[in-house]
Amino acid sequence: MEKIRRLLSGNESIAIAAYHAGVGVASAYPGTPSTEILETLATFKDIYAEWSTNEKVAMEVGLGASYAGVRSIVSMKHVGLNVAADAFLAAATTGINGGLVVISADDPGIHSSQGEQDNRHFARLARVPMLDPSDSQDAYNFIFIAFEISEKYDTPVLFRITTRIAHSKSVVEMDVDPARYINKKRFFHDIGKYVMLPSNARIRVPHMHNRITDLSKLAETTPANQVIYRDKRLGIITSGVSYQYARETFKNASFLKLGMVFPLPPKLLTEFASRVERLFVVEELDPFLEENVKILGLKVEGKQYLPRTGELNKSILNVAAFKAGIETEISKIDDVQIIKDLPGRPPLLCPGCPHAGVFFVLSTLGQRAKILDSNGRSKVESKLIITGDIGCYTLAAYPPLRAMDTTACMGASIGQAIGLEKAGTTSKIVAVIGDSTFLHSGITGIVDAVYNDSKITVIILDNGTTAMTGHQDHPGSGVTAQGKPTKAVRIENLVKGIGVDDIKVVNAFDIKSIRSAVKSSLDNNELSVIVIKGKCAVINKERKNKRYVDTARCNKCGVCLMIGCPAIQKKDDEIIIDQLSCMGDACAVCEQVCPRRAIAPLTGVTDR
Amino acid sequence: MNKVNINRKQDILFVGVGGQGTILASDIVSEVALALGYDIKKSDTLGMAQRGGSVTSHVRIGPIVYAPLVSKHEADIIMAFEKLEAARWVNYLSPNGTVIINNYALPPLSISLGMAKYPDDQSILDSYFRLTRKVFMVDGIQEAVKLGDVRILNVFMLGILSIVLPYKYDEKLWKNCISSHVPPKVIDINIRAFERGREVGNSVYI
Repeated sequence: MEKIRRLLSGNESIAIAAYHAGVGVASAYPGTPSTEILETLATFKDIYAEWSTNEKVAMEVGLGASYAGVRSIVSMKHVGLNVAADAFLAAATTGINGGLVVISADDPGIHSSQGEQDNRHFARLARVPMLDPSDSQDAYNFIFIAFEISEKYDTPVLFRITTRIAHSKSVVEMDVDPARYINKKRFFHDIGKYVMLPSNARIRVPHMHNRITDLSKLAETTPANQVIYRDKRLGIITSGVSYQYARETFKNASFLKLGMVFPLPPKLLTEFASRVERLFVVEELDPFLEENVKILGLKVEGKQYLPRTGELNKSILNVAAFKAGIETEISKIDDVQIIKDLPGRPPLLCPGCPHAGVFFVLSTLGQRAKILDSNGRSKVESKLIITGDIGCYTLAAYPPLRAMDTTACMGASIGQAIGLEKAGTTSKIVAVIGDSTFLHSGITGIVDAVYNDSKITVIILDNGTTAMTGHQDHPGSGVTAQGKPTKAVRIENLVKGIGVDDIKVVNAFDIKSIRSAVKSSLDNNELSVIVIKGKCAVINKERKNKRYVDTARCNKCGVCLMIGCPAIQKKDDEIIIDQLSCMGDACAVCEQVCPRRAIAPLTGVTDR
Repeated sequence: MNKVNINRKQDILFVGVGGQGTILASDIVSEVALALGYDIKKSDTLGMAQRGGSVTSHVRIGPIVYAPLVSKHEADIIMAFEKLEAARWVNYLSPNGTVIINNYALPPLSISLGMAKYPDDQSILDSYFRLTRKVFMVDGIQEAVKLGDVRILNVFMLGILSIVLPYKYDEKLWKNCISSHVPPKVIDINIRAFERGREVGNSVYI
């Protein structure tokens, strides 16, 4: 078969391989760094791909498709697997019919997450096999192995990647036009296998343990695990992207590169250990491999020299090697002096962001600008407690807005607000949550608030998209993952149906209306929901009548700077509006907040 | 230019601000390298938001490439689309490496709020001159505006990169890779930006 070389990200490789391996159903909830897997799969029109409401639903959809005999793939970020854990463990218990592969995209170094966790532990917890590719070629190859294992051993397969695998591009060699593998399975009735009554589950659970014993035999011979013997003074056991850093740092060492990281191959490990003088495990995050190798009674070093948090890189490995007394080609170059106190450049709400106005209102009403001193500690009692959630709007926690007190996990804002209220906190409490996050896991919070007679205010920011992960559709957007028009869930109707009486729908760019809606909700002593509607600035291409500052009227009070709009800048003591980035009529929030009416449309200045 | 030395690795770091097209530029040069038969690893680091944050793209080209990230002191070339970002990454340049700095300042919000100070040009250049004399500042935004659209800055910078890279210049290949990465409507203006970049590159790069 003719081959082609393509430059692909790990996520693209996984999607293309899944398609070639005959996947019929794909489900996911967007989450960095996993999002592009489903996005790529959705472009294949002869399979079914969906954005699910959340990761748990995605897992259940994938499991249902598997029961139907169809190969299916479910993808999510590391914390998504926490949401899906109940369904994932259930899938591990019942086993599968059509192959089921679950992608967990971990984020060492926390590029875009609320935390760091090593999802390799989930494999041991659920007693399922796990693969860990080291680049896009591995990702492509391992997907085929994963589906074979899944069907042969009656188990979901956990396919663990990290940000550097998901988002790095590398060369993949593949057949030009491979025939898709299509299994000939269909749903069969098997109550003993699929209905997890305790009596049935007690029969399934030993099967989970047995399959791990069987799989550890497979691990001895799978092509996913590779041994490279060179200089035997140093042997390195590694997997995933850590292999790449180790291979480049320890140019002559011997390697046991594990593609299958659970269960491990005892014989292979023991043999490798016996042939090398010093044995190291190089892995990111927890000492998962190291502990499993130690259980075999092998003498191995690793985490005493390597960090347990963040990503690895060559510099870190060089330092570790130095501490361990191993020679490497350590760079002898001294750092040049970097300019002192270089300002950072944290991500910001965009110019024209529909979240900026409501946070400006919350920030000013709650006198938030004053609550923190330069050390980040509260100096004054806050007038308003704002529980936050996960999305672009979390950026409102940064100065100048400082309009967020908590952010934990998807949907947490509402439950936390109820908890703060029920604990007797005297401040007014507002929960702020985005539309996609609300549909993902905020609904049950509202049900709780109605049921338990909570008096909080919930602000739902409805920008019609899942913005932070790159504008994926969701149940409220009216379009499916594969671009078909569909029914849109209307958040205000949903909330009304749950039993909220005080519901207001407000335009995101109308500051006066937002302020009066928020004030009235805070003043009335009942549960209240405000839905703020405004198009995401990245999607909205309108750029009419950009705003400018009339320097004759401007007294440099700085109120406009408190919006945190990147287009509004202070240059040489003058406040100016950057004409390249201003959204003009589509936003005009700054014009509304200027007490001197010094901001006006520059009629006719339009681009795009 | 001599024949390509296929065994010579090239580590290129693109640094800029979200929205400047740094990632697209790094995608295009990676595709060029792929067509030339090299192994490539390319990694983008961008924070959580769509726009406004620091963006870095690591491109590693060679006969075999393992690590997906350019290591400290090992970049052969740094393409800085913004001056503050140039200052931030100085210690990634290898001694005697090349840095191309777009003479453009995008002050972060902390500067408007009076919480920080933007570094002056001389200190940015000086920090690089401690490592190399191959430090070049170009007026990319002005060139792009002259050509009719600020958004072609990235392809203008690629034109310069095509001069700095030691590979034999394959005009058709570069232009095909550019054309396949930009919307059809703007292919012409991007090709002109690339050509202008090559002219500027030829005039400044020794």
